[in-house]
Amino acid sequence: MHADRTSSSPLVVENLTKVYRGRRGASVTAVDDVSFTLEPGGATGLVGASGSGKSTLARLVTGAERPTSGSIRFGDTAVTGLRARGLRAYHRRVQMVFQDPYGALNPLHTVAYTISRPMQNLRGMSAREASRQVHDLLETVGLMPSSQYAEKLPHQLSGGQRQRVVIARALACDPDLIVADEPVSMLDVSLRAGVLTLLKRLRGERGLSLLYITHDLLSARVVTDDILVLNQGRVVESGNTRQVLQHPTDDYTRQLLDAVATPTAAAA
Amino acid sequence: MAAAPPLLEAKDVNVVYEPARGVRIWSVRDVSLSLAPGEFVGLVGESGCGKSTLGFALTRMLRAPARMPSGEIVFDGQDIASLDGEPLRRQRRGGFALVLQSGMNALNPVRTVGRHIGDILKAHATDGEKWSRSAIRERGAELLGKVRLEPDVLDRYPHELSGGMRQRVSIALALALEPRLVVFDEPTTALDVIVQQAVMKTIKDLQREEGFTAILISHDLGVVLEATDRVMVMYGGEIVEDQPSSALLTGPHHPYTEALLGCYADPRADEIELGGIPGTPPDLSLPAGGCPFTARCPEAIEICGTVDPELTPLGRGVAACHVRAGTGTAASVPGTAAAVPHQATADTTEENRHAR
Repeated sequence: MHADRTSSSPLVVENLTKVYRGRRGASVTAVDDVSFTLEPGGATGLVGASGSGKSTLARLVTGAERPTSGSIRFGDTAVTGLRARGLRAYHRRVQMVFQDPYGALNPLHTVAYTISRPMQNLRGMSAREASRQVHDLLETVGLMPSSQYAEKLPHQLSGGQRQRVVIARALACDPDLIVADEPVSMLDVSLRAGVLTLLKRLRGERGLSLLYITHDLLSARVVTDDILVLNQGRVVESGNTRQVLQHPTDDYTRQLLDAVATPTAAAA
Repeated sequence: MAAAPPLLEAKDVNVVYEPARGVRIWSVRDVSLSLAPGEFVGLVGESGCGKSTLGFALTRMLRAPARMPSGEIVFDGQDIASLDGEPLRRQRRGGFALVLQSGMNALNPVRTVGRHIGDILKAHATDGEKWSRSAIRERGAELLGKVRLEPDVLDRYPHELSGGMRQRVSIALALALEPRLVVFDEPTTALDVIVQQAVMKTIKDLQREEGFTAILISHDLGVVLEATDRVMVMYGGEIVEDQPSSALLTGPHHPYTEALLGCYADPRADEIELGGIPGTPPDLSLPAGGCPFTARCPEAIEICGTVDPELTPLGRGVAACHVRAGTGTAASVPGTAAAVPHQATADTTEENRHAR
């Protein structure tokens, strides 16, 4: 299924700017002249505090918002120019994992229904075909045995299990790129490792690219190869994740690092 | 050590949630604890372990369907567990306060910060005490100053404030009645790291300046260890370990505490190995019948599945673990094979938990 995928397409973001204009001429530059390239099968982290523009960037990349200027290309596709039908085709290739697993699932739909809809809507599968695939996907995200989970409603699952369902739904249309916006920040510390390991494994197994958005530097370190540190919409530092975290050159990056409350740091 | 009498002492506190329809959840199970005046204690555990419920019980904030069927809570020599209505309300002044988890939802969106403060002052005014507008503004400005906010915040509505500011307002409200015990329930969970660090610094400074006793409830052991003198670790409705923070960091006793510490790493390290805790917490609608951590514990032995361990002195604190306390060693010899079924439950609990 993945052999002939066209995932050899990089995500290229160039000089991207998004300005929100308010009433009375007030305006906020949420994303300010950001450029980066995410190679196929790579994982890039966007880190920064609240209001640094990282979620806006995610919305621009997924096509949920249009930039004020600049361009986003995914392979041959010019994302910024997409409209209804083009956007729909694009969403087959780019999927999002949201922060809040409690809010991202319709409480009235079973796990199987939630995961099978993208297959029917975006991949044109029959209901029977889709329901067969649901079980494979549940096993892929570690919800085993799948028959235990397929007919469950979201409220019957724990936070970590729900986030796995959200990831399974994102995988349902067999995307090339996953944009994950703070996927573990609402989860207990003890459950984070499991979801992060899953994201890493999916990259390896499916050749997925990952755009990983977080304020949590530890999870960025675990999941990504490269990071961009954003402050007030601007990239203040970027490079290999380990290098940037071990030798930060920007004050803001240092501030972010110092703010991490790790028991190990408390010992030092 | 001729320590001062405890400010708060709780004995065998139990809390159950009894909805009209549905299962009964036994959320806090025979918890006993003691807080010295001026102490800053952490209460740590995963979602659903009963830590917030315990915090609510200690400050007498439980509402139906939660109920405290048994247990004693003595605050400054007085039993507050049996108080209700007006006598309980009177105790809150100069007594105990709770700071709620998300400042966003804890504030009334159609009232200014000043009105929130005024409401509390008026509701708890002593006989004959009058709060004029100017007196409220003066006291309000003073309270906001304590949490490092400007007086003009008094005229703002909650939606005009950032998450960090709202959390600071919640703290100011809790301080309005000059409590001697403040319970902070996940005060920084909804905030980003930089704001979290700033709010935690304010909490720490305030605690030192004002001298109140504090409980910090959080799932984040990292935040708790940085702020507190002592940490109580909760699992499955029970306190399983209680140690000075510094000792807990370097020498955790309970396997659960050890596993929690394994979930952290320094993002700057050369190699990162991030641990998790496989499995899910126990179903609190069922009786314990053993150590609650047995199903997820890598060290479980036969006795763990049948006898709930008592808190026993270990190092500088206490922990409830058969293996670490050595109480289970004798039993483990003949029952080596029996350890296997316990391991097996680790895989099945997650599936069974929601099967019903």
